[in-house]
Amino acid sequence: MKVGIVGASGYVGGEVVRLLLSHPEAEVSMVTSTKHVGEYLHRIHPSLKGFTELTFSELDYDKMSDNCDLVFTAVPHGTATEIVKAFYDRGMKIIDLSADYRLHNADDYTKWYGWEHPHPDYLSKSIFGVPELHRDKIKNAQLVSCPGCMAVTSTLALYPLIKNDLIDTDHIVVDSKIGSSGAGAGGTSGTQHAMRAGVIRPYKPAKHRHTGEIEQELSEIAGKKIKVSMSPHAVDVVRGILCTNHTFLKKEVDEKELWKIYRAEFGEEPFIRLIRDKNGLYKFPDPKFVVGSNFCDIGFDLDEDNNRLIALSASDNLMRGAAGSAVQNMNIMSGFDEKQGIMYSPLTPV
Amino acid sequence: MKCPECDADLNIPEDAAVGEIVSCSDCGADYEISKKDGSTVEIKEAETVGEDWGE
Ligand SMILES: [Zn+2]
Repeated sequence: MKVGIVGASGYVGGEVVRLLLSHPEAEVSMVTSTKHVGEYLHRIHPSLKGFTELTFSELDYDKMSDNCDLVFTAVPHGTATEIVKAFYDRGMKIIDLSADYRLHNADDYTKWYGWEHPHPDYLSKSIFGVPELHRDKIKNAQLVSCPGCMAVTSTLALYPLIKNDLIDTDHIVVDSKIGSSGAGAGGTSGTQHAMRAGVIRPYKPAKHRHTGEIEQELSEIAGKKIKVSMSPHAVDVVRGILCTNHTFLKKEVDEKELWKIYRAEFGEEPFIRLIRDKNGLYKFPDPKFVVGSNFCDIGFDLDEDNNRLIALSASDNLMRGAAGSAVQNMNIMSGFDEKQGIMYSPLTPV
Repeated sequence: MKCPECDADLNIPEDAAVGEIVSCSDCGADYEISKKDGSTVEIKEAETVGEDWGE
């Protein structure tokens, strides 16, 4: 299958290319960039040297539609609205990695992004790309929108608790830590090494944009509007997310019951691992042990004194949080083995 | 046999002897084989040295 990647010079686009170059069913036939037209891909993504002689081309909708069976769009938020629509109207299959088609309700774009969505009638055509939640719909989708990295990581840990009616849905607190690659390849004064190294920076203690996605997905499961409180922190790693999801129990529950719930939900899932080990090095989810892989590791602990259930989840923001999810969705949409091209064990130590 | 802590299937090797420690692969709990009579096996919580993680 021939695929194209729009916006392949960023970190996410580069990671999609990396995975697809080794994917047994995919052939990367076009990569585009606005800034690097004519340049070899490996000049921008040096780790891909020797894997491809592709050069970046300009975005040409007709050329790309003629040359590709499926297109990934990995462009900045706000700029995918037109690109995705243009491909959609040409009948192409699209996997969008921006936020532009994640939210189903157009008003949520005004609330979380501060702009009005130009094509609200296309939002309902898009499937939220979390296979654990929407696998059947993804199978037949023309447009799949990959979730935000922190959104998918926390949602996966939280939704089984809501599905089983265990927690108070008025008080859910997502405390997350994320590495520097989550900020993208653009760069600001705050992402300079001198300012970024060593930080534990609360960069959006309230109203982070990914909150909208988490609320959307959890509300769908609860069958009522759910509010989530989220506070992300930038920490001193390159890749990785840890979500410490604080919830409060509605009824008494023991460890065994929680194991049962998570096993029932994820026992057959290829990219979820349950981590709660009394021994060894890896007792609770930690991004250290997922980096480079598509896994979302999930665990929990109980604080009976406070009626608190802490659901923990860890992922690689560029993999499960972006490119890995995207390729998993491509596999599902195309009828390939879901694990193809993404079933790597994590890279440790990094 | 199920793990008393987390309910996972506990892997007890057929040739395991009394006094041997078996560990749950899901939750990491350790158990000592306290009795063995043919295929009937009894286990009890194994003594473990708690780790100090500087808390
Ligand atoms: Zn166990």
